[in-house]
Amino acid sequence: MDLKRSFRLDTLFWALLLPAVILALYMAFLEAPREITMKDIQRIFYFHVPAGVAGLTAFTVNFLASLAYLATKKRKWDGLAVASAESGILFIAMNLVTGSIWAKHEWFVWWTWSPRLTSALILCLLYVAYLLVRNYVPDADRRAMMSAVFAVVAFADAPIVWFSIRWWRDQHPSPMLETGGLAPQMRPALYTCMLVFLLLMIYLIRRRYFLETAQHDVEMLERQIA
Amino acid sequence: MDTMKYLFGAYTAIWIILAFYLYSISARERRLREDVDRLKRQLEKK
Repeated sequence: MDLKRSFRLDTLFWALLLPAVILALYMAFLEAPREITMKDIQRIFYFHVPAGVAGLTAFTVNFLASLAYLATKKRKWDGLAVASAESGILFIAMNLVTGSIWAKHEWFVWWTWSPRLTSALILCLLYVAYLLVRNYVPDADRRAMMSAVFAVVAFADAPIVWFSIRWWRDQHPSPMLETGGLAPQMRPALYTCMLVFLLLMIYLIRRRYFLETAQHDVEMLERQIA
Repeated sequence: MDTMKYLFGAYTAIWIILAFYLYSISARERRLREDVDRLKRQLEKK
């Protein structure tokens, strides 16, 4: 992609993201009604849930890109995989931190080893390990191959995170949208926040992807000069 | 009041995590630009 087009796309992203973030904040804090039992602390959900969804989506992109790399050995898929892994860690970290703050208020503990929380923490640590593995393999082709295999195996935890609150009894609240636990007046705020987080995820993956491909090009150039 | 403290803490955490990551990407982009400049100088010398 040429630089001019990339710059135009970046500007378009910012033009979309800035008003969308303001709208999401307005919807979450002012438009959505106050929940009767939890009161204002429930508003954490408008960012906690979308962060989790964005994180799992990013890891799904990482999984698909890793499969594509294994099938084609094309460098671009490895770039997309690492870009989406980093974004996934970022959003799952947001999800874990906001969830922990909510838990301290509602359960009086920062952390409990429930299936959902434990599987989400393991998922986050697996992708941190994925990035560490990449740092210790100097050869680009070997690094891409090893990390693609690692990513495909690591993704096995993602469905466990998603289904944990459906499969097992968990202290974590049950899925609000499926069980009707979220009032219809609260849904627009949640959907708006979800859209904003997904837009932000695309922006971050895109920016990190271009950094990865540029770093690879520089690495290749350095080898040619040496 | 206690509720608002936790709510504020959660939103601040989100912004801090995001700011940290954006800073980390920017730092890597800056290092990359420096590498490109260094390579250009090396090529000019050759």
